[in-house]
Parts: sequence; structure tokens; C-alpha cells
Amino acid sequence: MSLQSWGMYPKIENKVFSFRSKDSLREYMKETAEFISYGNGRSYGDSALNDNILYTKTYDNFLDFDENTGILNAQAGVLLSDILDAVVKKGWFLKVTPGTKLITLGGAIASDVHGKNHHMEGCFSQCVEEFSIMLHDGLIKTCKKGDELFLATCGGMGLTGVILSAKISLKKINSAYINQTTIKTKNLKETFEAFEKYKDMPYSVAWIDCLAQNEEIGKCLLMVGDFANDANLEYKSKKKLTIPFTFPSFTLNNLSVRAFNYLYYAKAKEGISKQKVTIDAFFYPLDAIGEWNKIYGKNGFTQYQFILPKEASYAGLMEILQKISQSGKGSFLAVLKLYGKTNDNYLSFPMEGYSLALDFKIEDGIFELLDSLDTVVLKYGGRIYLTKDARVHKETFEQGYPMIEKFRAFRKEHKMDEKFNSLQSKRVKI
Amino acid sequence: MSFVLIIGASSDIAKNIARVYAKNGYDLYLAARKSSELEELKHDIELRSSRRVILLDFDISAYETHKKFYDSLEPKPLGVIVVSGYMAEQKKAQKEWDETVAMINVNYSGAVSILNIIAEDFEKERRGFIVGISSVAGDRGRKTNYLYGSTKAAFSAYLSGLRNRLYESGVQVLTVKPGFVATKMTQHLELPKNLTAQPEDVAQDIFDAQQNGRNVLYTKPIWFLIMLIIKHIPEFLFKKMSI
Repeated sequence: MSLQSWGMYPKIENKVFSFRSKDSLREYMKETAEFISYGNGRSYGDSALNDNILYTKTYDNFLDFDENTGILNAQAGVLLSDILDAVVKKGWFLKVTPGTKLITLGGAIASDVHGKNHHMEGCFSQCVEEFSIMLHDGLIKTCKKGDELFLATCGGMGLTGVILSAKISLKKINSAYINQTTIKTKNLKETFEAFEKYKDMPYSVAWIDCLAQNEEIGKCLLMVGDFANDANLEYKSKKKLTIPFTFPSFTLNNLSVRAFNYLYYAKAKEGISKQKVTIDAFFYPLDAIGEWNKIYGKNGFTQYQFILPKEASYAGLMEILQKISQSGKGSFLAVLKLYGKTNDNYLSFPMEGYSLALDFKIEDGIFELLDSLDTVVLKYGGRIYLTKDARVHKETFEQGYPMIEKFRAFRKEHKMDEKFNSLQSKRVKI
Repeated sequence: MSFVLIIGASSDIAKNIARVYAKNGYDLYLAARKSSELEELKHDIELRSSRRVILLDFDISAYETHKKFYDSLEPKPLGVIVVSGYMAEQKKAQKEWDETVAMINVNYSGAVSILNIIAEDFEKERRGFIVGISSVAGDRGRKTNYLYGSTKAAFSAYLSGLRNRLYESGVQVLTVKPGFVATKMTQHLELPKNLTAQPEDVAQDIFDAQQNGRNVLYTKPIWFLIMLIIKHIPEFLFKKMSI
């Protein structure tokens, strides 16, 4: 059974091996010329695809959890949702979580994911105390913050080895609810002002209406919030809706996207409003709809996520939003976010500035459009997020990541490049 | 204390069933041939759910041990889930009687042996639930898999009769018919993606169906339709087909 990525693009045949023990993994490594680790298939593009795929979700035991210190040790195939099910009721939460809880612990490290609190807490690697990893020769290493293997593996897209387990520190909470404030803005200038105004809030994210035109470009719903303090720790995941089949490709046309954006934006009250919402509603709104990726049709989609340095963000975003608006290519979701300082990991995506993420259905002309957006991103000193990517050119990628040569050299020195490769790593030659 | 007994606890499906029941507040008896191999899972479930997990050695083919095994459980379980299953390769089983017998013993005789004992107790106490994992393969014999399929057909018929018998005592009997599931047992097979369920989804389906008092569960649900069609193909056509 072939596996695909979240974007369902590209489509390739592959051979899958599920590992359940270190010994079986060691055997597999010996026998297999080249492969890439695959978690729960939430990376969008080709970063976890290759002819041979190591399926890691079957390696998923909790190893240790100290309720007093909030230190959790678990195998890499454990999902973040499993962690929440176990720890929220005991007053703990993930220090850093992305917008889906349906990813594995190993995937969170390999993508060095970030969330709505990046401006305060940084990337996922921040909460990783140590992890163990099997290298190309079958040896297992435990590494800690500061080790070169740590710097290369966090954000290293599974290209340094197979992460086996990790010890992470959790964040104390006293409620399973979030006090949320929603700010509705009229244009990009107001959006930036709102981000600045609320930059001391621990969590923030904006949903941008990408199809807004002219003076309305950049209008958004900015949602900021923090955990409530009501001692109510009851947390039960709701049963999710599921998209039962892949939509015909024409469903998500420009008109329906417009309607969606309009309805979503129109639903929110004018100006500032306050809500108390659950963890799932605040952090993981899309997880409520299982397999929402199917709405883009059988050809699949890609997510374009870039980040620009802070001082260049306003001009760069304006230019890119104008280009998207002119192209009329719809984006269901456009997420804007303010980021804090960059970290020392070789390939982590975040830098201090603003990032925008948009979905594009795979259709004629889409790659040309994205190439032209790339030139704007580079012009303003930005870069592209590998976890979302299925198409970026080697040169574009390299310009955005100043530590790429260090990473390449490290891979070569430790023969990682002979064993761990994805379609993406071969495309951008990392 | 409300214990659920899981028989054949070392499979991927059993692991996920155990986690779902523990997450929903049940304590667990996990029974397997070498239960010491389940130490990691026990630890995992205790960390996730803070429920009690007790490991028990149990050989489903050793019928003579079953009575003693069940008598030793204290407290008695609130429900039992029989997950044990053995699927030999059809061609091999056609030639090697040992393989065929192993399937009959694990999938049918052994399951019947332990369930007869448990049913007696549940009927007397007028409470409890019994879940048997059968298979869609038991709905009609096909040349590619009928030795396995016929053991599951027998098990399905057994569960159906048991449900009929225990209805009066208020004991629920749920027959589960999974289609393709991505597990250790099927890892070597080429399975069609849209028809293949993940073990964690199967486990959740089973829990929901059991809690809702269902009688028969196909998982994924599409298998109900597929088997409905397959069951209704006339025999004179069916015997010529390769499916």
C-alpha cells in the first residue's frame, strides 16, 4: 500500500515498512539502500516520500511521564494528540504545538515545528530535552541540546537518522480552555498594528482573506489568547467529521473559495470580540474535519509557506498578496503569523518576522505563479518552509538557508546522505 | 473496578483496543501466550490512562487450561474481547494440515472453548459483554482464502447463536467483521488504500459499537456493502470467479 503526503502531490508508488522494534529497524536499514521516515503523513509535499518509506507510527509507546515535573519520554511514533489525551487532565500541555495535533513526536522534531506562540517560546526543539536516534550504521545515539547532531536533526527533515524516542518538557496549565480575543481588521496596515499591539499575548495567529482586493488587501481575523485559570481540566476530543471521498477537482473553484472566505470573515463581529474556547477549537480547528485535504480534488494541492524578515515584511507581504489577488488562484486558508528569534538549528524555518501560509490546488499555471512568488520572497530576504513544500528549486531553497553547507557537510561526513533521502532532499540536494 | 479481558492481546488491533478501553476508564486484563512480551504496552497504558493493567499467560489452543484461567480472575471481567486470530497462507494450509488445524484451533475451537465458560458466568450474573473479532472473509468462501475464511464463518455463526441465547440475560454479543487492516499480520500483502483501515480506527469503531449495544460491526463500514454484493452473487457465477 503506497503512502502519500497530506497534499496528495506528488503521487508515487512506494514500498512501506512499519517498524515495531529496534532490531527490526536495524535489519531494515541493512537491507534497504535508501529510505525516508514517515510519521502520520501531515507534511504537505515530498519531504517524507521516497521509493522506500519507513512507517514510524507503529513505534508508539509512552516510556515515562513524571506528573510533578512535566517531563515526558515517549517513542517517536506517538501522536501529539495521544500526548494531550494523557497529560491535559493532569494539568500539562505541549510547550509548542503546530496547528494540527495529528503529527508524530518524531515528525515534530524533524520539522522543528512551531505554533501560535513562536514569538514567545520558539520552535518545538526548545522543549526537547534529549532524544535518541538510530544512525545509518544501526548505532543508537542519545543527544542533548548543543550537540551538533541535535542542531542537525531538529528541523533536519529526517535526513540524519531515525528518531526513536524523545524526552520533552511540558507546560503547566490550570485549564483546558483558552480566553480568546478576536480582532477584525480592514487592511494589512491594521493587521500589522494589531499584531504589534497584542505581541505580549502568548498565542496569536491571523486568518487572512487572500482574495481581498485593492485597499482591502491584508484584512484579517487576528485571534490571540491565553489559557484560562478556572481549574477545569476536563479534556475530551470530539468525534470528528470526515470528508468521505475526494471531491471532484472543480469543486473548490474561485467562487466557492470567495464564498468561504466571505462567510468566515463575515461571521466574526466587527472590531474586537472575546470568546472562551476549548484547546481543540483554539489550536486545532481543522482537525475537527478528518481528511480535509480531500476537498482539493484528486490532483492534490500544495501549501506555500514563506517567512520574511520583520523589517521587510510589510512591503513583501503587500507585493505577494497583490500577486495572489491578481492571479485569482484561490487559497482556502491563509495564515499570517508573527515570529520571534531564529534558533541555531541548521535547517529550522522560523526567523524573526512574518510568515504567510496558503494552499494552492495543483492546476495549470500554479508552479509558474509560485516561482514568481519565490523571487519576491528572495528579494526581501525570506525563505520557504520545507515541511510544506513539493516544488521549490534548489537555488531558491539554498539562498534562504545560510547554514545549508554545514548541514550538507555534516550529512556527508557521517554518511547520512547514503541512507536517508526523500524526493525533496534529492530535489534540493541536501 | 471494571475490568475488560482482552484475549490475544499481542496483536496490533488488540493493542489499540486496550488503549481505547483504558482511555475510557476501564482496567484491563491482557491475556496472551507470552504475556511478558506485553510489559512495554502495560507500562504505556498505565502512563497514558492511569488504569490498572494485569498481564496473564493464556494459550487459546490449550482448552484444558481455560476453566482454571477464568476461575482465577478476581474480580471477574465486565466484558471480554476475543482478538486472537491466525491466518496461514491459503496455499500452504491446503498442503499442510498443521497450518489448517492451527487456524481452526485459534480462530474457532479455542475461542469457543473460552467463550463457553465466560458465557455461562455472564448468563448467570445477567451482565457483561462479549466481543468477537471475526472477519469479512467468513461471509463467503473464496479460493484465495477459504481455509481461514471458513474458520471465521464458523466463529461468526457461533457468535450469532450466542447472541440469541444471551439476549434474555441482557448480555451483549458483538460480532466484529474487519475488512483489510494495516497490521503485522497483513504487512506483506498489497492492500488497496481506500479499503484498508488503520488499527487505531478499528479499535475506536469497536469501542463505539460495543458501547452503543450494536450486534454486528463491519469496519470500515464500506465492507458491509462489498460483502452484501459478494454474498449475493449466484453460485454458478461465483464458482468461476477469481476475487
